[in-house]
Amino acid sequence: MPGTAITIENLGKRYVIGHQRAKGDGMRHAIESAIRAPVTWLRSRRERKLQLVDFWALKDVSLQINQGEVVGIIGRNGAGKSTLLKILSRITVPTKGRIHIDGRIASLLEVGTGFHQELTGRENIFLNGAILGMTRAEIIRKFDEIVAFSEIEEFLDTPVKRYSSGMYVRLAFAVAAHLEPEILIVDEVLAVGDMDFQKKCLGKMEGFARSGRTVLFVSHNMEAIRSLCQRAVWMKDGKVNKDGLTDEVVESYFNSTSNEPRFSCSSPEYGLTIRCVRLKNDQGQETRHFRPGDDLAVEISYDAQKLIEKPIVALGIVGTSGSCFTSNMLLDGNRPARLEGAGQIICTFKSIPLLPQNYIVKMVVRAANIRDLIINYQEVAHFSVVGDLAEYGYTGEFLEYARASTPVVVPYEWRLPDGKAISVSLSKRVANLAC
Amino acid sequence: MLSASTKAPTAQPTDSELSSVEGMEHDAAGPQAAERGPEASSKVPRTSHRSQLVIEAGRTEQQYWRDLWSYRELFYFLAWRDLLVRYKQTAVGVAWSIIRPLLTMVVLTVVFGKLGKMPSGGVPYSLLVFSGMLPWLFFSTAMAESGNSLVANSNLISKVYFPRLIIIVSSVIASFVDFLISAVFMVGLMIWFRYAPPINVLFLPLFVLLAFAASLGVGLWIAALMVEYRDFRFIVPFMVQFGLYISPVGFQSSVVPERFRVLYSLNPMVGVIDGFRWCLLGRQNVHWSGLAVSVVGVIVLITSGLWYFRKTEQTFADVI
Repeated sequence: MPGTAITIENLGKRYVIGHQRAKGDGMRHAIESAIRAPVTWLRSRRERKLQLVDFWALKDVSLQINQGEVVGIIGRNGAGKSTLLKILSRITVPTKGRIHIDGRIASLLEVGTGFHQELTGRENIFLNGAILGMTRAEIIRKFDEIVAFSEIEEFLDTPVKRYSSGMYVRLAFAVAAHLEPEILIVDEVLAVGDMDFQKKCLGKMEGFARSGRTVLFVSHNMEAIRSLCQRAVWMKDGKVNKDGLTDEVVESYFNSTSNEPRFSCSSPEYGLTIRCVRLKNDQGQETRHFRPGDDLAVEISYDAQKLIEKPIVALGIVGTSGSCFTSNMLLDGNRPARLEGAGQIICTFKSIPLLPQNYIVKMVVRAANIRDLIINYQEVAHFSVVGDLAEYGYTGEFLEYARASTPVVVPYEWRLPDGKAISVSLSKRVANLAC
Repeated sequence: MLSASTKAPTAQPTDSELSSVEGMEHDAAGPQAAERGPEASSKVPRTSHRSQLVIEAGRTEQQYWRDLWSYRELFYFLAWRDLLVRYKQTAVGVAWSIIRPLLTMVVLTVVFGKLGKMPSGGVPYSLLVFSGMLPWLFFSTAMAESGNSLVANSNLISKVYFPRLIIIVSSVIASFVDFLISAVFMVGLMIWFRYAPPINVLFLPLFVLLAFAASLGVGLWIAALMVEYRDFRFIVPFMVQFGLYISPVGFQSSVVPERFRVLYSLNPMVGVIDGFRWCLLGRQNVHWSGLAVSVVGVIVLITSGLWYFRKTEQTFADVI
C-alpha cells in the first residue's frame, strides 16, 4: 500500500475566549480569584459560564493524506487553516481527536523563525537551521548551497539587521528550502519577497513535491495552489467543507463567495467608509457570474464623513496568473473634485474580453497628494467568467485548456494561406464569422 | 486500515479508544516493527528510518524525552546565540563577566569586611566574598535569564516546535559560561593572595551541579509562570536584589545563630555558597543538617519545576 503520511481523526481545537485575556492576565487576578473562589462557587456558577466563551477553531476535522500527495488548503481567514497547521506542527495541542504522522515532519509557518537581528548571516544560517531541526553536520554540508540559493555571499558576515527586507527573506527561505523532511507543512510563506523570489520559491516547492514527498500547503494564492497541488481541501468555519481535486475545489470555493458578505472597510483617518462594492452586469443585476463579452460594472458605495478633495481611485482586474486590466484615475486624470457624504462611483468595463476563469477585483484609493493611501490596494470582490466558448466561435479540440490560458483575449483575426480570414472575439456570441 | 477501525464514532475519547489506538499503532507498524527497535536505541540516521508520531488530545507526548535528545544540538545553539548576542556591540565584551563580580566584590568587602567588621575566619575577606559571589552571580543571572527566556523567545514558541525545556536549559548554560569565566578570575585571585585550596576542592563539581540544579529549578518555575503572569518581570529583579543580602554572599553563614541555621538553609543558595567556601577555602566545617535541607530543597525545586513546566508547556503557544 502507498501508505498514509498523515491521518487526522475528529480533530478539534477549542479556545476559551475572554478567559485570561478579558479578566486581565495579571497575577493579582489569580490570587484574587483564588481567594474568592469559594464565594464565587457558592454564589452562582452561571455567571462564570457567561464570561468564558468557547470558540472551536477546529471541529471534527478528519483527513487522510497519502504519502507523496501535495495538498493545498484553502479557505477564508479564520477558517481554521492555521490552527490545523499549528497542531500538525505540534506548536499547540488539540482539544479533541488524534493525529498519526508517519515520517519526519518539518513545518514552515514563517520564514526566518528565530533569526536574530544582531547576528550575522552566517550565524543565523546555523541558528535557524538548528531551530528548524537540522543537525550541525547537515547544516555544514548544505552551507554552500544555502548561501548560493540566497544570493547574499558578500553580506554573509554582516548582521542581518543591516539587510534589506529582500535579502533577509531570501536568506531565511534559503535555509528552510534545504530542509529534507519527508513531510513538509508550509503556511503562506510565499507571500513575501518580490516576484522573482516568489517564482524561485514556487520552483523549489515544485521540485520538492516532484521528489515524491508529502506537502501540505496553505495559501490564498490560487495560482500557486493550482500549479502545485493535485488535491485541495477547503476549510470553512473550522470544518472541512470540500475535499477533492484542486480544480473542482478551487472552482466551488470561488463560486461560493457570491453568498458571502460584500466587502466594506473604512479609513478613520480620512473619514472615508467604503460601504460596499457591488458587481453588476449589463442588465444592472448584481452578480458574480459574467459571460465573456458582458459589461462589468464595479459600483463603489462610499460615505465620506470628512471632505476629501480630488481622491484617486484605481481598480484592477486580476486573474489567477496576474493582473489583466485596470482603470486608474492616476493615469486618465478623471478624479472627482470632492467626496462628501454618501455617494457612488461606478466604473464599467465594456464587454470584458475574458476567458472563463476566476478573477478578483482590487481597489485602491489615494489622497490628492498621490502618496498617501486612504484605502490600501486590496481585494474588494471576486467574480467568475462562465460560458461555453463554442458559442463564441471557438472550435478547438482543447477548449478545456482555456482554464489555464492567458485570460485576456483582444479581438484578433487569422489570415490563412488559402486566403481565408477568420476573426475571433469574445465580445459577441455569434457563429463563426468566416468570409 | 488505520482509519477504518478507529473511525467508529465515539462521542468522547474514552479509555477504550485510547487502548484501541495503542493497539493500532503496533498493528500499523507491523512491517516496520523490526526497524523500530534499533531506532529507539540509536536515533542517529534520522532519515533512514520512518519516524512515527502520534498527537492526541489530552495525552502528554511520550516522545518528549526522545525529542529532547534529537534536538540536543539546539541546547548548544541557543546558548551560543545568547552569549553572542549578550556581548555584541559592547566595547569590552566578555570582560563584563569579570567587571561585574569584581566591583560587587569590592563593595561587599568594604561594607561587610571593613565597615561591618564581620569575621572572616582567617581568610582574606575578598576571597571569602568572591567564593560566595561565584555561585550567587551564576544563580541570579541564570534565574533572571531563564525566567525571562520563554517570553523573550515567544516568536519561536508560536512558530516552531521543539521541546521548550531547551530554551530554559540553554539560558542556564549561557550563564554557566559566564560563571566559568569568573571562576578563572577566582583562580587568579587565589594565586594573588597565595591561598592554596584544600583537598576539599575535589568536591566542587558536586556543588556546581547543585547550583546548576537550583538555577534550573527556579528558572523553570519563573519561566512557566511568566508566560501567563508577566508580574514576574517585576518580581525577579527583587529576588535578585534581596537574594544577595539574604544569602551568605557578603558574610559567612556562621554569623547566623545556630538555632536558625537549618531554617536559614531553606534558601537553597545557603547550601551552595557554604559548599563553595568549604571546597575553595576550607576553613569552615560543613553544617550537615543545613546542607541536607538545601539539597532536599533543590531536589524539590527542580522536580516540581519540571512538573509544572511540563504541565503548562502545551498551552504556551496559546497563552504567550
